[in-house]
Amino acid sequence: MIAARRVDKISRLKGTPAPKSMTTVIGGGATPSSSSSSSLKALNKGSLLWREFFYPKNRLLGNNNRDPGYLSTYHYSSICNHRPTNKVLRNLPGYVKIVEVGPRDGLQNEKEIVPTTVKVQLIKMLVSSGLTVVEATSFVSPKWVPQLADAKDVMDAIQNIQGGRFPVLTPNLKGFEAAVAAGAKEVAIFASASESFSKSNINCSIKDSLARYRDVASAARELSLPVRGYISCVVGCPVEGTVPPSKVAYVAKQLFDMGCSEISLGDTIGVGTPGTVIPMLENVIHVVPIDKLAVHFHDTYGQALSNILISLQMGISTVDSSVSGLGGCPYAKGASGNVATEDVVYMLNGLGVETHVDLEKLMLAGDFICKHLGRPSSSKTAVALSSKKANSKL
Amino acid sequence: MSSLEEPLGFDKLPSMSTIDRIQRFSAGACRPRGEDMGMGTCWIEGRSCSTSNSCDEDYEEYTGEAFPWRRHVRDVSEGEAFNRRASSLSKNRMKCRHVCDSRYLPDLQYRSKCNGRGVRGITNKFLKDIPKFVKIVEVGPRDGLQNEKNIVPTSVKVELIRRLVSSGLTVVEATSFVSPKWVPQLADAKDVMKAVRDMEDARLPVLTPNLKGFEAAVAAGAKEVAVFASASESFSKSNINCSIEESLVRYRAVCAAAKELSVPVRGYVSCAVGCPVEGAIPPSKVAYVAKELYNMGCFEISLADTIGVGTPGTVVPMLEAVMAVVSAEKLAVHFHDTYGQSLPNILVSLQMGISTVDSSVAGLGGCPYAKGASGNVATEDVVYMLNGLGVKTNVDLAKLKLAGDFISDHLGRQSGSKTAIALGRVTADASKI
Repeated sequence: MIAARRVDKISRLKGTPAPKSMTTVIGGGATPSSSSSSSLKALNKGSLLWREFFYPKNRLLGNNNRDPGYLSTYHYSSICNHRPTNKVLRNLPGYVKIVEVGPRDGLQNEKEIVPTTVKVQLIKMLVSSGLTVVEATSFVSPKWVPQLADAKDVMDAIQNIQGGRFPVLTPNLKGFEAAVAAGAKEVAIFASASESFSKSNINCSIKDSLARYRDVASAARELSLPVRGYISCVVGCPVEGTVPPSKVAYVAKQLFDMGCSEISLGDTIGVGTPGTVIPMLENVIHVVPIDKLAVHFHDTYGQALSNILISLQMGISTVDSSVSGLGGCPYAKGASGNVATEDVVYMLNGLGVETHVDLEKLMLAGDFICKHLGRPSSSKTAVALSSKKANSKL
Repeated sequence: MSSLEEPLGFDKLPSMSTIDRIQRFSAGACRPRGEDMGMGTCWIEGRSCSTSNSCDEDYEEYTGEAFPWRRHVRDVSEGEAFNRRASSLSKNRMKCRHVCDSRYLPDLQYRSKCNGRGVRGITNKFLKDIPKFVKIVEVGPRDGLQNEKNIVPTSVKVELIRRLVSSGLTVVEATSFVSPKWVPQLADAKDVMKAVRDMEDARLPVLTPNLKGFEAAVAAGAKEVAVFASASESFSKSNINCSIEESLVRYRAVCAAAKELSVPVRGYVSCAVGCPVEGAIPPSKVAYVAKELYNMGCFEISLADTIGVGTPGTVVPMLEAVMAVVSAEKLAVHFHDTYGQSLPNILVSLQMGISTVDSSVAGLGGCPYAKGASGNVATEDVVYMLNGLGVKTNVDLAKLKLAGDFISDHLGRQSGSKTAIALGRVTADASKI
């Protein structure tokens, strides 16, 4: 795909008609309603960078020909259709699958109960932005996670949504059975690389949790249901501190061996940096094929995007994130938690990595839930683009 | 990923006295001794590892590679200790006990600090070209404060500069000698300079838009100045009221005058990736302006993504173009975090050999082009990442955070640094234990 792009680039650029000046802003209004329309695709997909390179005169004198990558004077689209050739970015995956965890991981810590209808609408909007995997809810005891007590109702309501997979968390066989009865077609289980965290978070040792999950995995296998495995505390633990990469590799291998189709490596407290993420990934890649791995970084210390970048450089091609950065960090009150999907998509667009996610529609989903929660988005991209929309004179 | 069941608050953590915590999280904590591996039991099923030797054989994949980093409590006085440790690391970083050290402060503060010769010693190709030392140019007092609506008193500015210098930052942009009509916040430039001119251990460059500003700066005691060109014609016209060429002419005059007085001049190139009017800026343009600044005598050129739109996909080609005409050691990167992209942009810049990074304490300085959006990248977040990469900065994160707290308190708002917020909250909550 990359080679084809490079060969095609010049002819494509020259062949693309110079777009008329776009006077629309993101979001509603005069914006073309769907960026899947072919004209907008041509507009958006035109490589900003290379177009400048080939038409330098247009740029030097403040020429009025708008850069085709701009939807309006103030809206910058990071979409870049040229694949980087520099060694630093050369081997990035051509496509990254984003696993959207906002409705589950994002909402589960909200104090105010979010109505089922709002959750369902959020899920619908996320799917229509192009996200193909949206973690819908969790079949844990409502005593522990009251926010997700409506798991069954949520599942009922999303059964017929096309275009998305909706994994749900199942902490044990009982949860699994409830999930299946409610129509779940994919489940997720949750181990820890830290013994202390395992005990305090799910009340059992790592070993015992793995035993529980083997039951879930074999029950799932009987029904041909895929199981996603999560590992928490892959870099640091709020109790133990540093978590050894080999520990993470051990748990990853156990999950893989028991039949998990994908293992998501979670930096639960967001302390990781590329310096600690790389050794952790190196150890895990040793025992689990890299295409089965996903990264789930928290942005508590602002490190998530650079950790994601380094993971992509190492060959990871699945990234978990949460619309609007929903989901705080319970270990550092007021600190941020999940990385915002909008910020991830912005970066991936700029790297020329396909995601099939429409950033504008994603932002609509983010706006929707933030309005309901009554607070601003935690996504810097969303805030910046919304502000531009508000300030645009066009 | 938060808790599957009841979210874990600090009041739910196992109670632990401060002494226990210090011991648990002390220098040896991450060595593969069974007793340290979580609540006293070796995590390997059925084994009890009483010696690191017997644990070693279990760690097939878990060699020194597994702990290639060392975390330690850091303060400025640890500079010597850092050097000792760094030099003690042998080429074979496979011995984890030599390379890794994790220590948590009693308040559960996680230090990313990594004596990371070990990290790069893994020979991971993505980290091996990263510089060993990165100079941080702190722009908070100037770039950070200049857009604040409420005038910050001179004494507060001076105290901020003092605290920044005492955290280990060696270059702190103090103020700007532009017309107070345009930047009223910095109308007290002369008074600020008077108060800081004799500060030792730090260089305090000031912005000078033209010869007049340069002369005023020198008269006020400035020993280093900075000039500010744009890679975008439109932005040059709207921001400094002249074309790029005209601005370069002005700056040549400043550089010539500076040269006479042996005053170093730093050059900035704004809109190095995108412009609020023109859109994408060709890398060749940035290279052109960078080269002009370099040729006229600037000792360092800072490439600024003024509106924060850059991603590694656009930053890398820009750096490639500029590095073809100005060598990497003369370059700095100045990213804005408006779209949350600055840390990955800094990371790729380091991977390409850049070793000077501009940042602003507490992320001071909004983006005037996107109201409410963030601007400068926060120095604390940068230092946290660099610590984790094993890159030396000589900056004490705890002291830096205090400087950030100081100015944030004065401004009456939360820090713009996620690291500072996280460290602050953890401490606050941990005190309940």
